[in-house]
Amino acid sequence: MSIDKIWVLAEVADGKPITASLELISHATTLAATVEAVAFGDATASVAATLGEYGATKVHDIGDLAGALPGVPVASAIAAAVGSGSGPDAILFPATYDGRDIAGRLSVKLDRPVLTNVVGLVAGDGGLTTQHAIFGGTQVASARFTGDGPGIFVIRAKSFPAEPKGAAAAEVVAAPAPDAGPTNAARVIARHVEERTGPKLDEADVVVSGGRGLGEKDQYSMIEELAGLLHGAPGASRAIVDAGWVPYAYQVGQTGKTVKPTVYLACGISGATQHMVGMKNSKNIVAINKDQDAPIFSVADLGIVGDVHKVVPKLIEAIKARG
Amino acid sequence: MSMNVVVCVKQIPDPAAPPALDPGTNNLARTGKLILDDSDAYGVEMALQLVDAAGGGEVTLVSMAPNGETSGLRTALAMGAAKAILVSDEALAGTDALGTAKVLAAAIRRAEPNLVLAATESSDGYTGTTPVQVAELLGFPSVTFAKKVEISGDSVSVERQTEAGYDEVSSPLPAVVTVTAGVVEPRYPSFKGIMAAKSKPVETLTVADLGLDAGQVGATGARQEITGVADAEARGAGEIVVDEGDGAQRIIAFLEQLKVL
Ligand SMILES: Cc1cc2nc3c(=O)[nH]c(=O)nc-3n(C[C@H](O)[C@H](O)[C@H](O)COP(=O)(O)OP(=O)(O)OC[C@H]3O[C@@H](n4cnc5c(N)ncnc54)[C@H](O)[C@@H]3O)c2cc1C
Ligand SMILES: Nc1ncnc2c1ncn2[C@@H]1O[C@H](COP(=O)(O)O)[C@@H](O)[C@H]1O
Repeated sequence: MSIDKIWVLAEVADGKPITASLELISHATTLAATVEAVAFGDATASVAATLGEYGATKVHDIGDLAGALPGVPVASAIAAAVGSGSGPDAILFPATYDGRDIAGRLSVKLDRPVLTNVVGLVAGDGGLTTQHAIFGGTQVASARFTGDGPGIFVIRAKSFPAEPKGAAAAEVVAAPAPDAGPTNAARVIARHVEERTGPKLDEADVVVSGGRGLGEKDQYSMIEELAGLLHGAPGASRAIVDAGWVPYAYQVGQTGKTVKPTVYLACGISGATQHMVGMKNSKNIVAINKDQDAPIFSVADLGIVGDVHKVVPKLIEAIKARG
Repeated sequence: MSMNVVVCVKQIPDPAAPPALDPGTNNLARTGKLILDDSDAYGVEMALQLVDAAGGGEVTLVSMAPNGETSGLRTALAMGAAKAILVSDEALAGTDALGTAKVLAAAIRRAEPNLVLAATESSDGYTGTTPVQVAELLGFPSVTFAKKVEISGDSVSVERQTEAGYDEVSSPLPAVVTVTAGVVEPRYPSFKGIMAAKSKPVETLTVADLGLDAGQVGATGARQEITGVADAEARGAGEIVVDEGDGAQRIIAFLEQLKVL
């Protein structure tokens, strides 16, 4: 199967395409002659310029979903296009809440499997080959689809750089979702936004993460303070998310965010494989842990064997003293 | 009101044991005793609480596992589930998420549930697509990433985790809901529960019993292949120093060198 046309799910948040979608559009332009976006919501027309800039020539605009969850209507619209013969050879989804839902629904509608947790995608003679980080990122497995029909890929954020190409705005074409009946009956009644300041975790240049080694919930405030002083974002291991110290949105790792900042500072985090897979590709890693055998030291550029309750407050003081 | 809840429970190798690939197929090796996936313990607990709140009904477990494995199911039965359906068949070796969903959907249909619960993702496969595929096959609505679930009449209210916070979502029943870790505190099976679990019914079915074509499942149905496994690029060893009161200064110097400070 040759790859001529790729579609990318362009999710929109705060009036802009999310970075993970732009990464996929960017990378798709290196794999296929034609790259087009699929978008839903009430702001799709306003993002056509940005999507075009990164390499999408068209936006298939599903439009406002009137409170429906995206999974069913968006998958129905894509399946209808595939059924009519105007569909792509591959469809790339960012590994987001909605991306995974749409991919799952589409998989059944097209009776095609999905490759998930993709961190690399390369073109070869037989089509596209995926790469998956396994065993905490120590090994890479490659996989590909066999059989006919479009490939459905769910790709982790930060797998590719997002690079604007300066191309013209994408053409917007309406692609309304066909009526999907009772499967589309779930409705969003209200949205709740949790306030946060500073850069987003997966976009920050500096990430300061805390783990169970902090000892108690109140101690997390020093992680937030240090992150703030470094103009970075605070992150967390799953241990303290599950313990209810910080919201899930802070979690770095296999079931959380993938981050690739210039500096990742791990404070009181052991370095379980599921945590490392989300931060191992940071450009520089600093770890503070009182156990010199903690696995996190195996990926650290600078490891401090010491107590977070001593090292972090001193660090905060020293940075403040610099003014 | 009576609530019949099906919980999809995956039985997996102990995550504490070092993982391995089957050298022949490059699939995850699933040998030895399997246990209840921790991620599914939340669904089981949630189901028990919802049935309790409804004042009637029961919890049915559905699992697909090799070699007639029931040890993970017994754990969930000991927590309080009433019965289980286990699909086990040599033809299922190498089944992917879509094939698994076809098997689970066919098994779930037999239980005629008001609600189907699953985890947002399993601990060993973590594709996170199986439950939504199940929903589509059953023709049910689905709500993923639930951090709170309540039943009122013939609908389910869910607080669904989002990038920005959470959404309040309402869906008519029957529906599929996936729950995240930490939504409820899974109970420990009591001694009485463990004893009772031994005699609870576990119906074991094959692919043929479900009326599925063997070509739809297993390695053939998967229509994907692992083409290779290689070592990832290793990070060069860094400098590890013991804090002698100068740890913070070391970090400052490192950050300065990177021009972060
Ligand atoms: C399916 C699955 C998915 C998972 N996904 C994720 C994920 O996305 N992200 C994630 O993070 N985890 C994930 N986990 C959990 C992971 O396996 C670990 O349990 C978790 O990362 C551990 O968190 P931690 O390092 O904070 O805690 P611990 O492992 O308890 O480590 C605490 C560390 O703090 C150190 N310490 C203690 N006191 C001090 C002190 N005073 N000063 C300095 N150091 C100190 C200790 O030496 C220890 O190394 C997942 C697990 C499973 C099974
Ligand atoms: N073989 C299985 N048997 C029962 N439930 C399963 C199975 N595979 C997946 N599930 C359910 O689907 C969820 C998501 O699985 P996965 O798609 O592998 O991440 C799991 O946590 C289970 O609740």
